[in-house]
Amino acid sequence: MAVLDIKNCTKRFGGLVAVKDLNMSLNHGDLYGLIGPNGAGKTTVFNLITGVYAPDEGSIELDGQAIHNQKPSAIAKLGISRTFQNIRIFQSMTVLENVKVAAHMRKTQGLWDAVLRTHNLREEEQEIEQRAIDLLKIFNLDKRAHELARNLPYGSQRRLEIARGLGTNPKVLLLDEPAAGMNPYEAGELMHLIQWIREKFRITILLVEHNMKVVMGVCEKIQVIDYGVTIALGTPKEIQDNPRVIEAYLGGA
Amino acid sequence: MRRKWIFWLAAFAALALLQATLRGLIGPYNYQIVILVGINIILAVSLNLINGVTGQFSIGHAGFYAVGAYASASLVYYGGPEIRPLIAFLPPFAQNAVLLLLGLLAGAILAGLAGLAVGIPSLRLRGDYLAIVTLGFGEIIRVLILNVDAIGGSRGFAGIPQISNFFWVYLAVIITVVTVHNLVNSSYGRAFISIRDDEVAAEAMGVDTTRFKVLSFVISSMFAGVAGGLFGHYTSFLHPNSFLFTTSFYLIIMIVVGGLGSIEGAILGAVLVTVLLEVLREFGPYRLVNFAVLLVLIMIYRPQGLLGSWTLFKRPKAAAG
Amino acid sequence: METFLQQLINGISQGSAYALIALGYTMVYGVLRLINFAHSDVYMFGAFMGFYLANARWLQSSLGTSVAAAVVVMLGAMALSAGLGILIERFAYRPGRGPARFTPAFWFGILGAAFGHLTGETVASTALGAGAGVVLGVIVEKAGLRPVPQHSRLALLIIAIGVSLFLENGGQQAFGADPKFFPPIIATTVLPVGPLIIDSQRLVVLGVSVALMVLLEVIVNYTKTGKAMRAVSFNLDAAKLMGINTDRIIAFTFALGSALAAAGGILVSLLYPRIDPLMGVMPGLKAFVAAVLGGIGNIPGAMLGGLILGLAEVMAVGYGQSTYRDAIAFIILVLILLLKPAGIMGKGAVEKV
Repeated sequence: MAVLDIKNCTKRFGGLVAVKDLNMSLNHGDLYGLIGPNGAGKTTVFNLITGVYAPDEGSIELDGQAIHNQKPSAIAKLGISRTFQNIRIFQSMTVLENVKVAAHMRKTQGLWDAVLRTHNLREEEQEIEQRAIDLLKIFNLDKRAHELARNLPYGSQRRLEIARGLGTNPKVLLLDEPAAGMNPYEAGELMHLIQWIREKFRITILLVEHNMKVVMGVCEKIQVIDYGVTIALGTPKEIQDNPRVIEAYLGGA
Repeated sequence: MRRKWIFWLAAFAALALLQATLRGLIGPYNYQIVILVGINIILAVSLNLINGVTGQFSIGHAGFYAVGAYASASLVYYGGPEIRPLIAFLPPFAQNAVLLLLGLLAGAILAGLAGLAVGIPSLRLRGDYLAIVTLGFGEIIRVLILNVDAIGGSRGFAGIPQISNFFWVYLAVIITVVTVHNLVNSSYGRAFISIRDDEVAAEAMGVDTTRFKVLSFVISSMFAGVAGGLFGHYTSFLHPNSFLFTTSFYLIIMIVVGGLGSIEGAILGAVLVTVLLEVLREFGPYRLVNFAVLLVLIMIYRPQGLLGSWTLFKRPKAAAG
Repeated sequence: METFLQQLINGISQGSAYALIALGYTMVYGVLRLINFAHSDVYMFGAFMGFYLANARWLQSSLGTSVAAAVVVMLGAMALSAGLGILIERFAYRPGRGPARFTPAFWFGILGAAFGHLTGETVASTALGAGAGVVLGVIVEKAGLRPVPQHSRLALLIIAIGVSLFLENGGQQAFGADPKFFPPIIATTVLPVGPLIIDSQRLVVLGVSVALMVLLEVIVNYTKTGKAMRAVSFNLDAAKLMGINTDRIIAFTFALGSALAAAGGILVSLLYPRIDPLMGVMPGLKAFVAAVLGGIGNIPGAMLGGLILGLAEVMAVGYGQSTYRDAIAFIILVLILLLKPAGIMGKGAVEKV
C-alpha cells in the first residue's frame, strides 16, 4: 500500500487551475522527485499535502487515512513534515529551540505540569533537549546550538530546517527546493545528506527541486508536472530522454 | 523541590512583614503608588503573554481588567452578606481573605470567558486588524458595563469592601510572574513563540496555532481579571472611565518601553510608566505632554525597549549540552 | 415617514462628517500601512483653529457673518491643519523610514518650551526654553543619536498613540480644557422642503462635504500627484524606483488628510458648536471604524463607510437605545472584521506560503 496517495486532485484559485486531476503515489522508502517549470504547481502540491490548502476535488491519503480535510497541525501529527521554499525557521529562537519545537506534538506535559514545573515536566524537558541535540549532531549544528537561528549562514539555516523537520519523527518528509542558493559543493553534500536521511530514518522523501543534478542524482522516481498536469513519470533516465519534458522546460522548437 | 518550599515560605514572610510595616514606612501616598505598580505589573506581564510572547496584537486588555474588577466586586458586594455567616467561625481577616479569593476567582473565570469570547473570533485576523478588533471588544465591554445599573453604570460602583492590600497584590504579582515564566520555559512557551515567529511553520511542525492563540488570550485575560479584582477591592469604587482604551494604551506602552517579549521588560515598563506618571506630576499641567513626548522619543530611538532582549532570568539549561 | 426622512438627512450629514475624517485615516494607511491615531486630534486642532480664526477681531470687523468669512475660516483652518499633519509626519513617522534630521531638535524644543512656560509663565521664557531645547537637540544629533530604521508595526503604533496623547494634552494646555463654543459664521435659516424642515446648516455640511470629496477624487485620479499617491500605496519601493519622491508624496498625503479632517471639524462645529480638546477622540475612533468598514486604504470605501456608519448611528438612536450609541460603531467594527476584514470595497491580500 502506498504511504502517500494523491488521487485526482484539483485545486483552483479563482479562475486559475493550479493543479488539475493530479495523481501521485509514494511507497514507503521512496526517494520521489517532483519537478516542472516555474509556476507548474509544485509548491501547490506541497501545500495540498500538508493541509495549507484543501483540494477542490479529489483526495489525499496517508497510509490509507484521508488527510485532505484536516488542518496542517493535525497532518503534521499524523506523520508529514516539510521544509519551505523561503526558509521558515523561527528567527528569534536559538538553533536548539527551533528543533525542540518539533518535539511539540509528542509532549505529555499538561498546563499544570508547565506552571508548577513538576517532575514530569522537568524530565520531559531533558528528554526533548537530548533528542534535539542528537539531531543537531547529525547535521553538524550542535556546536551552534545556542546561537540565534537568524545569525546562521544560509546553508546552515537550510540544514536546520531539515533537522527541525525530522524532529517531528515523520513518515514522509517534503523538501521544498532544499538546494536553492547552494553552490555545487553544498549541493553535492545535500545529495548525500538526503540519501543518508532516507537510510537512517527509514522515511519517504518527496523532493521539489530545480537543480537537475540533485534531482537526477538523488531521486529514484520522478514526476514532471506542467500547468498543474502530470506530463511524465519515470526513472531519471526516462525523464531525461522524454521529449515532452524537454519541450516543457525549453518551450518547444 | 525543597528549594521551592523555601522560596515560597520566604516570600510569604517578606510579604507579611511588608504589609504590616510598609504604609507606616513610606506614607499612604507612596503606599498607594506601590499598590498601583503591583497591579500594573500583573496587567503588563499578562498582556506581554499575548503580545510579546505569542505575537498577537491585542490592545483591548482594559476590557478583561474591567470584567474582572466588576465581577469580583459584584460577588463580594452582593454575595458577601450571604457568605459571611457561613464562615463566621473564622477571624475577620480570614473572612476577608476568603471573600477576596472567591471574588478573584470569579473575576478570573469571567475575564477568562471574555478572553475566550474575544480570542476565538479574532483568530482569523492578523496584525493591525486584530489590534482593531481587540480595541473594539474592549470598548464594547466598557459600554456594556456603563449600561448595567446593578453595578453602578455611569454613576460608578461604590461601597466595594476594601479587602485587598499590599500582601494580596504582591502575592498575586509573584504568582503571576512565576506562572508566566514557567509557562514560557516549557513546550507551551515554545509553541507560543513559534506562533509569533512564523505561524505557517509552527502549524507545519504540529503546533495547533488556533488552540494556542486562544490559550494565550484566556490565560492572559484571567490574570487581568485578577488584577481587576485586586484593584476594585483596594479603591473601593469602580467606574467605567477607569477602563477606557487609554488604559489599554498605557499597558501597551509599558510592555513596549520595557522590551516586548520579556517578562523583565514588562515589569520594568510597568514600574517605570506608573512611577513616571506620578513623578511627572511635579511638572504640573505638562506632565502628560512630557510623558507623550518622551514616549515618542523612546520609540524613535529605541523601539526594542529599554531592556531590548536582555533577560535576567536566563532560560534554564539542561545538564551538559 | 417624515421622521424617517428627517433621520435620513441627519444620518447622511453625520455620515459625511465621519467620511471626511475617515478619508485621512484611509489615505495614510494606504501609503504607509499605518493607523494614524493622531488623526483624530488633527480634527480637533482644525476645529480650534477655525474657532480662533472666526473669533479674530480683524475677521469680525472686515467680513462679519458672511459666506466670505466662513470660507476664510474654513480654508485657514484647513491650511493650518495641513501644516500640523506635515509636521507630525516629518518628526514622528518619518524617522522610522530613514534619516530625518532635526528630529531631536524638534522634540527637545517642545520639551524645552513646556519647561520654559512652566518656570517663567511668559512668552519670553517659553521661547527661551524652546530655543535651549532645539540647541540641545542639534548637539545630541551631531553627537550621533540616530533614529532606528525599520520600525516594527507596533512601535509605529505606539508613536502614533504618543503623538495623539501629546496633541490632546497639549491642546488642553494651550486651549484650556474647558469647552468653548464655536461662533456662528454663517447665517442659519430653516428651510421647509415638502413636509420636512431642514436646517441650512445640514445642507451646508452636506454640500461642502460632497464638494470636498469630489475634489479629492479629482486630485487622486486625475493629477500626477494623485497618481504618485496611488503608486506609493501599491508599492513604496517600486514607486521610489520609478523616480517618485516618496517622502514628499507621503507628506502631501498627510497634508490632504489633515485638511479634510479640519474641514470635518469645522462642519461638525456648525452643527454642534461645543468644542473641547478631547472632542476628537470618539469621532476619530468612529471615523476609523468607517474607514475599516469601507475597506481601509480605499478612498471611495471611506466615504461609503462614513455614510453607513452615520446612518446606522442615527437610526439606532432614533429608533432604539441612545445609550448604546457609542457601541454601534464598535459592534459594526467587530462584525465587519469577522465577516469581511477587507471591508466592503477592499480586496484581501493572500499570503504566499
